[in-house]
Amino acid sequence: MSGLSRRLLLLAPVGAAAAGGIGFYAALDRQRSGEYNPRNVPSAMIGRPPPDFTLPEVADSGIAPFGAADLRAVGGPVIVNFWASWCVPCIIEHPQLMRLAREGIPVFGIAYKDKPEDSLRFLRQHGNPFRRLSRDEPGRVAIDWGVYGVPETYLVDRQGIIRWRFAGPITPEILAQDLRPLLARA
Amino acid sequence: MIAELGHYALALALLLAFAQTALPLLGAQSRDARLMGAGAPLALGQFLALAASFACLMHLYVINDTSVLNVVQNSHSAKPLLYKITGTWGNHEGSLLLWVLILALCGAAVSLFGRNLPSALRARVLGVLGLISVGFLLFTLKTSNPFERVWPPPPDGQGLNPILQDIGLAMHPPLLYVGYVGYAVTFAFAIAALIEGRVDAAWGRWVRPWSLAAWAFLTAGIALGSWWAYYELGWGGYWFWDPVENASLLPWLIGTALLHSAIVVEKREALKTWTILLAIIAFGMSLLGTFLVRSGVLNSVHSFANDPERGLFILALLMFYLLGAFILFAWRAQAMVPTGIFAPVSREGAIVLNNLLVCSITAVVFVGTLWPMFADALMGLKVSVGPPFFNAASFPLVVPLLLAMAIGPLMPWKRAALWPVVQRLWWVAVLALAGFVLALLASGERVLPAIGFAFAAWVIGAALADLAERTGLFRVGLARAWARAGGLPRAAWGAAIAHAGVGVLAAGLAGMGLAHEKLAALAPGQSMSLAGHEWRLEEVRDVVGPNYTARRATISVIRDGQVVHVMQPSRRWFPVARQNTTEVSIRTNMMRDLYAVIGEEQDGKAIIRIHYNPLAPWIWLGAAIMALGGGLSLADRRVRVSAPNRVPKGAVPA
Amino acid sequence: MRVLLILLALLASPQALAVSSPADMLPDATAEARARALGREIRCMVCQNQSIEDSEVSLARDLRLIVRERIVAGDTDAQVKSFLHARYGDFVLLRPPFSWANAALWATPLVALLAGMGLILLARRRAAPPALPPLTEAEARRLALLDIQDGPRA
Repeated sequence: MSGLSRRLLLLAPVGAAAAGGIGFYAALDRQRSGEYNPRNVPSAMIGRPPPDFTLPEVADSGIAPFGAADLRAVGGPVIVNFWASWCVPCIIEHPQLMRLAREGIPVFGIAYKDKPEDSLRFLRQHGNPFRRLSRDEPGRVAIDWGVYGVPETYLVDRQGIIRWRFAGPITPEILAQDLRPLLARA
Repeated sequence: MIAELGHYALALALLLAFAQTALPLLGAQSRDARLMGAGAPLALGQFLALAASFACLMHLYVINDTSVLNVVQNSHSAKPLLYKITGTWGNHEGSLLLWVLILALCGAAVSLFGRNLPSALRARVLGVLGLISVGFLLFTLKTSNPFERVWPPPPDGQGLNPILQDIGLAMHPPLLYVGYVGYAVTFAFAIAALIEGRVDAAWGRWVRPWSLAAWAFLTAGIALGSWWAYYELGWGGYWFWDPVENASLLPWLIGTALLHSAIVVEKREALKTWTILLAIIAFGMSLLGTFLVRSGVLNSVHSFANDPERGLFILALLMFYLLGAFILFAWRAQAMVPTGIFAPVSREGAIVLNNLLVCSITAVVFVGTLWPMFADALMGLKVSVGPPFFNAASFPLVVPLLLAMAIGPLMPWKRAALWPVVQRLWWVAVLALAGFVLALLASGERVLPAIGFAFAAWVIGAALADLAERTGLFRVGLARAWARAGGLPRAAWGAAIAHAGVGVLAAGLAGMGLAHEKLAALAPGQSMSLAGHEWRLEEVRDVVGPNYTARRATISVIRDGQVVHVMQPSRRWFPVARQNTTEVSIRTNMMRDLYAVIGEEQDGKAIIRIHYNPLAPWIWLGAAIMALGGGLSLADRRVRVSAPNRVPKGAVPA
Repeated sequence: MRVLLILLALLASPQALAVSSPADMLPDATAEARARALGREIRCMVCQNQSIEDSEVSLARDLRLIVRERIVAGDTDAQVKSFLHARYGDFVLLRPPFSWANAALWATPLVALLAGMGLILLARRRAAPPALPPLTEAEARRLALLDIQDGPRA
C-alpha cells in the first residue's frame, strides 16, 4: 500500500469523528432553536385534502358542528384545532387561538376524547375562539387526520388542501414565524 | 456545611487532577523520575477527595437536606432509606459525580497495582486519566454541581421517579459506569503507547486485565438493566433497541473486539495498531453514550436530561478526547512496527474474524441508532428504525460469529488447517443437530427457536470441547485429564466459561421465542389455564407501602390438583410522583418463568395477564456466566504477574 | 421547555391502565395472533419507542382496535399497514420500508463487512516480512563455499 493511501486511511478516523462532531453540533443547535424536536413527527397529510368526516356538535355549546364539506365551503384558509379540556398545553395555546379568531381567521375546533360538559366548562373559563366546534369522543376521526396527541393544529388552504400541521401548543413565536406566512399565502 | 464540604472536595479533586495531568506527563517527556513518581500520590489524593465529596452527597440524601437543590429535585423524606442512598446516583448530577469517582478509583488502582509498570508508561497513563478527570470535573463543577443550594428550603423533596425505586435499577448505574470508565484506562494505555511510540507484549499484558474488567462489569450492568426491564415494566420484554440501550451496547461490542485483539498483542505481538485504535474507539463509544443520554438529541424513554447546553459541553469533551486521540493515532501509528506474522487460517485469524464480525454488528447498531437522529435534525426526514431492523440486520452477522466461536479457540497460533479442527468438533455438530431436531419436535415445528437451540448447543459443546482438548480428555482418559484440569490456567477456564455463557444466553433467547401468554378478566374464584397449569385468582386487596398504595392480586397456580405456586402481582400508586408502577410476579425454577401481571379492574373483575416463558432465566444467567468467565480470566496468575521492569533501578528510562 | 410541554400534552391523554382488555381481543385465535404480530411492527406514536402492543396509552389501544377491525374486515397485512401509513407516514412502521433513504440503512451489514474485509486485505499486503539486508563480502564467500560443499542440487 502506498504511503499516501496509508496516510489517508490513518486520517479516516479523524475525518469521521470531525464530521460526526459537526453533525452533532448542528443537531444540538437546531434543538435549541426549536427547529429540531426528536419527538416531533411530520404529518403524512400535508399536501392532501382532509379525510372525509362528519362529527356531532358539542351539546349546549350553541356552536355549529362541521364536517369535511364545511371546510371546503369556507373558500379561504381555515385553522383546525384538536384540543381537550384535560390537556394542559391547550390552556397555554388558547390565547393564540383567541387572537386568530379576533383577526377574523376561521378557527374550527374538534374536542378530542372530551365529555361535552368538560369542553363547555373549558370554553366558558378561557373563552371561545371556535367558529365551528365538533366533538370526537371515540377519537377515530382524529386518527384519520393522523393526530397522535393534543393539542394539534392544522392549516387547510382555500383549495381545501392541508398545508401545515403543528403538534404541541402554538406559541407566539410559532404563530409569527410559521403560521402567519402560510396564512398570507393560503 | 456538609454540602459546602462536598463542593470544596470536588474543587480540590479538580486541582489534583490538573496536577495529575501536568506533572507525570512532563516528567515522562523529560525523564524526570520525581515528576513521574508524582502521578501515583496525586491519583490517590484525587480519589480520596472525590470519595469524600460523594460521601457528603450521600449523607445529604440520607438526612434529606432540602436546602440542597439536587436532593429537593430527586428525593423525599418518605422514601425508604435504601432508595435514598441509591437515589444519590439516580439523577444527572449525582450520577456524574459517581462517574468521576469511579474514574478516580481506576486511577488509584493503576497507582496501587501498577507499581511494576515502567515508570514512564505508568506516568503517562496516569497523566491521561488525569486529563479525562479534568474535563469531567470541569463539566460537573460548571454545569452539573450537585451541591447547589436552594433558598428558602422547601418542606420536602419532589420525590424520586417510582420506577427507579427498585434495587435492580439502583445497582445498574454503578456496574455500567465501572464498565464505561474502565475503558478510559485502556484508552489511557493506548495514548501512552502512542506517545511512547512502542507497543509490545508487556503492554498487551497490562491492557488485557483492564479491558477484561471493564467488559465484565459492562456485561453485568447491561444484563441487570435488561432483567430489570423484564420484571418491572410488565409486558415480558427485555430489550427494545432503545437508543440509550444501544448506547451501552456499542462500547460493549467494541470492548469484546478489544479484549480478543489484546490477546493477540500479548501473545503474538501482532494487531498492535488495530488494538490501539480499538481501545480509542471503545472509550469514544463510552463518551458517545454519555453524550447521547445527557444531551437530549435522541428520542428515548431513558434520557436523563434534555439539556442542549450541557449537551454542548459534553460534545466539546467528546471531540477533544476523541479527535485528539485520533490525530495522535494518525501521527504516531506509523511508529508501530508490525512483528508477528500469521496465516489467515490460525487462531489469530479467527480473532481477526471475530473482530470483523463484531465491528460490523457495531456498525449496524451505530447506524441504526444515529441515522434517524441525523436524518431528522439535518434533513427533516423522519426515518423509522425499530427492533425489526436491528434484529434482521444483525442476524446474518451473528450466525457466522457463533459458528466461528467454536472453531477459533481450538486452533493453534500462527498457522492452522481448518478441516482437522472442524473434524474434531464432529460430536459438537451432532449435538447441535440433535438439539435442532429435539427443539423442533418439542416446540411444534417452530423453526427459528429450534435454530437458536442448535446454535446454543454448538457453542456450549464447543466450549466443552475446548476444555477437553486442553486437558487431553480423549487422549489420556478421564483420570489424567481431571488432574490436568486442576492445573489449567484460569484464563483458559475463563474463556471456555465465557463462551459457554454466550451459548446459554442464546438458548434463553431461543426459549423466549416459544413463550405463551394469555389475557383474561377474572373475578375472584375464576381461573384460566396456560401451559398445563391452572391459574386461579383468589382475591384482590388493598395494600399500603412506605410511600405508595397498591392493589395486590393473589393467584394460585395449580398443577395436577396441587397448588404449586402463589403469585402476587400488584399495581402501585405513588401519590407524591402521581405515577403508577406495575409489580410483576415471577416464579422461576431456572428452566422457565411464570409471569403474572394485574391490570385494570372493572365490574368486580380484574384483568390478569399471564406468561409462560421457557428458559427466560437463561438469558440473564448466560450474561452472568459471561461476566464470571471474564472475572475468572482476571484472576489468572499470569495476568497479574507483571513483566519485569525494563529499566534497571536508578537509571533513567530509555 | 416546549419539549416538556409537548411531553405533558402527550402524556396527559387518558391512559388505559390495562395493557389491553380481554374484550379487545379477537375471538378467533389465529386472527388475534396475526393482529399481535402486526401490532409489534407498528410504532406507538406517543411513546415512540414502543410498539402499539407494548404501550399502555389510549392511542395505542385505539390503534390496536383499528388493526383488529381491519383484519376482521378482510384486509391483508400490507393493507392494514398502508392504512396506518397513509395517516401517520413512514414513522409509524417500525420496520423501515424499502426506499432509497432506507436502502443505505439496510445495506449497512454488508457495507460494514466489505469495508472490514478490505481493510484486512490492505493490512496484510502491507505486512510483508522486512527485506533482509544484502549479504556482506565475507558472508557471500561463505555461502559460495557451502554451495560447493553441498554439491549440485537437482
